[in-house]
Amino acid sequence: MQQLISFIFKNKHFLFFLLLELFAVYFTIQSHSYHRSKFVNSANFITGGIYKRINNFKEYIRLKEENNRLAEENVYLKNLLDKEKMKGTLNGLALIDTTGSNQKYFYISSKIINNEYNRSNNYITINSGSNKGITLDLGVINSKGIIGITKSVSNNYATVLSVLNINSKINIKLLRSNYFGSLSWNAKDYQMVQFLDLPVQANIKIGDTVITGGRSTIFPEGIPVGTIKNFNIINNNYEYVNIDLFNDMSDIGYVEVIKNFDREEIKELEEKTTNE
Amino acid sequence: MNRENLNIAFVFIGLILLQIMILNNINFLGYINPFFYIVFIFYYSVKKLDSAFLLLSFLLGLAIDFFSNSGGINAAATLFIAYIRIPVIKSVLGKTELEFNNFSFRKLKFNKTISIIAILTFVHHFIVFGLEYLKFDSIQLIVTKTFLTSIFTIILILISFILFSKKNAS
Repeated sequence: MQQLISFIFKNKHFLFFLLLELFAVYFTIQSHSYHRSKFVNSANFITGGIYKRINNFKEYIRLKEENNRLAEENVYLKNLLDKEKMKGTLNGLALIDTTGSNQKYFYISSKIINNEYNRSNNYITINSGSNKGITLDLGVINSKGIIGITKSVSNNYATVLSVLNINSKINIKLLRSNYFGSLSWNAKDYQMVQFLDLPVQANIKIGDTVITGGRSTIFPEGIPVGTIKNFNIINNNYEYVNIDLFNDMSDIGYVEVIKNFDREEIKELEEKTTNE
Repeated sequence: MNRENLNIAFVFIGLILLQIMILNNINFLGYINPFFYIVFIFYYSVKKLDSAFLLLSFLLGLAIDFFSNSGGINAAATLFIAYIRIPVIKSVLGKTELEFNNFSFRKLKFNKTISIIAILTFVHHFIVFGLEYLKFDSIQLIVTKTFLTSIFTIILILISFILFSKKNAS
C-alpha cells in the first residue's frame, strides 16, 4: 500500500498528464462518431456569443453580395409563383388554400456565424437553436444549394455538419434520370464533392446536374447540389465521380433550415414496419 | 507572483481570441492556418514540471477545440508538447539537468531556440492532423499539412519572440 502511494506520489505529474490525455482522446473519438452527440462543440453560450460578435463585423463587408443573392432569389421565386398561378388558371381550377393542411416543409431562416471549410471535419455554426424550433438532423440549404445537416443544438445556436465533412452522407440523384447514390467528401478540395454508389447504367456526362434525392426525411427532393465535373470508369464501375458544388462553401451567409412536418409520421411508420 | 499569474491569464485569453478571430480565418493557400496559440508553451516560465502548467495547456487546447468543433484534438496535442517540453529542451541543449531559476529562451543561442520551437511545433501539428484524419491512408496529406502549417507557425512564433525581447530591452 505504501509502495503504491509512493509510486503515485513520485509519478503524479505523469499520471495527471495521462488522465488529461485520456480525456482529450475520448473527446476526439467522440467527435469522430457521427451519431453520438458531442460535448465539445461551438453551439454553446460562450462560443456562440463570441462567433456572433465576430460575424457582426464581417457582415458589413458582405452586405452587397448578400443583397444581390437575395434579389436573385426573389426573382426566381416570383417566376415560380407565376408559373404555379398559370397552372391553376389553365386547368380552370381555383387555387386551393393549403395553409395548415398540406404544407410539408417549413423553412427557418438563419445566419451563419462561423464557417469552416479547410479541415476534414468541417462544421458550421448558425445563430438559431431550439428556441426557433431547430432540432437534430434537419437539412440546411441556401438559394444555391445544400449546405449540411444540423448536428448539435443549444438554446440559441446550432452546429451544422457541413457537406464538407468526411462523415457526411446525403442521398442525391441525377436530375435527368432517377439513378441515385450518396454524396460524400474526400477532404481534398472544398469545391469538389464525390458521388458514391452510382450504378454505371446511369451513363453520366460531364456537366449533368445533381440534386437531392428525397429518399430521406432530411432534404426534400430537388434541392440543387452541383454539376458533374469528371469521372472515371474501371471494371464497369465508376471509380470516382466528382461533383462541382453550386455553392462556394467558403462564401456563404444566410441559410434556411428545413423542417419536415411529416417526419415523425414517416419515422413511426418505418419503425413499425421494421418491428413487424 | 500574483502579477505573474495575472499576466498568464491575460496571455491565455488573448491567445484564444487571436487564434479564433484571426488566425483560424487566414486560409493561406486555401487551407493553411497557423496554430500560433502554442506560443503559450514557450511563454510559460520553464520551471520544474507542475500540474498547473499541464492543466492550463490542456484547457487552452480544449478552448480552441470548443471553437473549432474538433473534439479534443488540440487539447491532446498541446498537453503532449507541454509534457515533453523539458525533456526536449534538455536533449537539444545536451544537458541532463537544467538550471530552472535563470533559464530563458532569450539567453540561448538562436539555432538552439529554433530547434526547440521547431521540434515541439512539428510534434504538435503532427498530432493535430493525425487525430483529425485518423486514417493511415491519408498519411501523405497529414505530413504535407503538418510541414506547411508548421513553417507558418514557427515563423509567427519567432517574430513574436523578436518583438517581445525588443520590448523588454528598451
